[in-house]
Amino acid sequence: MTDLTKLTIAEAREGLKSKTFTSLELTEAFLANIERANAALNAYVVVTDDKARDMAKASDEKLAKGEGGALEGIPLGIKDLFATKGIHTQACSHILDGFQPPYESTVTSNLWADGAVMLGKLNMDEFAMGSSNETSYYGNVINPWRKKGSNTDLVPGGSSGGSAAAVAGRLCMGATATDTGGSIRQPAAFTGTVGIKPTYGRCSRWGIVAFASSLDQAGPIAHTVRDSAILLKSMASVDARDTTSVDIAVPDYEAAIGQSVKGLKIGIPREYQVDGMPDEINALWQQGIDWLRTAGAEIVEISLPHTKYALPAYYIVAPAEASSNLARYDGVRYGLRVPGKDIVDMYENTRAAGFGEEVKRRILIGTYVLSAGYYDAYYLKAQKVRTLIKRDFDLAWANGVDAILTPATPNAAFAPGEITDPVQMYLNDIFTVTVNMAGLPGISVPAGLNSEGLPLGLQLIGKPFDEATLFKVGQVIEDAAGRFEPEQWWG
Amino acid sequence: MSVDTDTVKRVARLARIKINDDQAAKMTGELNEILGFVEQLDEVDIDGIEPLTSVVEQTMKKRQDGVTDGDKADDVTANAPASEDHFFMVPKVVE
Repeated sequence: MTDLTKLTIAEAREGLKSKTFTSLELTEAFLANIERANAALNAYVVVTDDKARDMAKASDEKLAKGEGGALEGIPLGIKDLFATKGIHTQACSHILDGFQPPYESTVTSNLWADGAVMLGKLNMDEFAMGSSNETSYYGNVINPWRKKGSNTDLVPGGSSGGSAAAVAGRLCMGATATDTGGSIRQPAAFTGTVGIKPTYGRCSRWGIVAFASSLDQAGPIAHTVRDSAILLKSMASVDARDTTSVDIAVPDYEAAIGQSVKGLKIGIPREYQVDGMPDEINALWQQGIDWLRTAGAEIVEISLPHTKYALPAYYIVAPAEASSNLARYDGVRYGLRVPGKDIVDMYENTRAAGFGEEVKRRILIGTYVLSAGYYDAYYLKAQKVRTLIKRDFDLAWANGVDAILTPATPNAAFAPGEITDPVQMYLNDIFTVTVNMAGLPGISVPAGLNSEGLPLGLQLIGKPFDEATLFKVGQVIEDAAGRFEPEQWWG
Repeated sequence: MSVDTDTVKRVARLARIKINDDQAAKMTGELNEILGFVEQLDEVDIDGIEPLTSVVEQTMKKRQDGVTDGDKADDVTANAPASEDHFFMVPKVVE
């Protein structure tokens, strides 16, 4: 029998419909993989095996009657940031110790309504703050990829490191993820998977633990461009419970796949050519340009002059919003409580014990830049720079550019402990963070391997609510580059 | 701009995070590195530029001011570290 875990969502959908196999068989195959591999990869913090079997059986009943939704019987992993009713939802932080929400996030509700099966909750950087999945309270996630001939562990990227590793390691068919500065696209690039952050307002943020509310967006990580289109269609919705959810119907993204890119204008921003970028990243970028030109797209050089200011502005805006959002964790209503001699002492003890180092750093930066006398110098200035960053993109769209092609990351996956300097770690998001600052959609598509055999990704940036073009162009890259599988060393 | 250890302690107090002297000294270095990094923004001419308040141009959605949910005191207090009769229990704040 074929290994069911090697199928794409699109293939599994056909197999389930034609009754070649059942959702329970498919689900059991993934649970078996998780059982074998999770000790090595640490991608799941909780496996909901009983629930997965129940959901799979319910799907099989529907499928037997020729019924079922768009994701009927498809087993997925859920990032620990999404509220799942009665199930571990702790943003991989100690401060949410024991928290089980009595409600379900909109995004996961949408997935279950379409018939998806939940395998468990996925590891992540604490409160989604990190680029290597080294800040989780539940330990590092390990990348299924290793350098050729090496036994050294590598990071899967972050913050959606568990999501990316679980997909690449065949521990789920697809996963939910979130992206505040690159947390979907960077781990996707590090693991040879496809990740899309949709336009701000496309997926409801209701029931997703908040990090930086003006930047956070949910999106999927999957094996193929088509699978990511299938998942996003289901995750996205218009939701009255999120006032920033935008009132635009969700299109059928899958319909865009396979369409010609002939005549599309693809912008190449010269500012993404950064000092010290490895030659192979440049070569990959050039390769992507050649693929799209061969497919009939028109390549134009463009300028996004404020690119280099996106990361510093982000490290004011994101910590500022985080310091405000994370004020709610005080040991009173949920999670950890560490006693103190009075209530303030209890707050301080709880937050000292409950938050990890990176989260504390960002709360302190955020508190400082918002404190009396510094607001104008930092936060207001960053928000003005943000206007300029968005304006750069608006000008490109006004000049007829349909999508922008850039590298996804300035380097391939690195080893745990290799980057200890916070600012050095932040630089991992240099190509992805502009997209969050401007609220645009961005997709990372695997495009090749570096000389050491590690995956590298290309990023496509689109116009607001034009995810369809990203899927269309992304498919051209996937067709040209092929797909990439890590060699199995675990389990 | 840079911060000294006393400022870091004051900010930690504002953020309600207890830190000891060693941690404050370590944080001071790290915070200064981050503040040094964001200093590049001083190069940008922001004269006459409005701050970005929303990436999507839309007017804030409004809803009817009506009761849509409620009677969930059990749910609301279910995750509390300490609760009694649907109240959150905290150390005494008023003598």
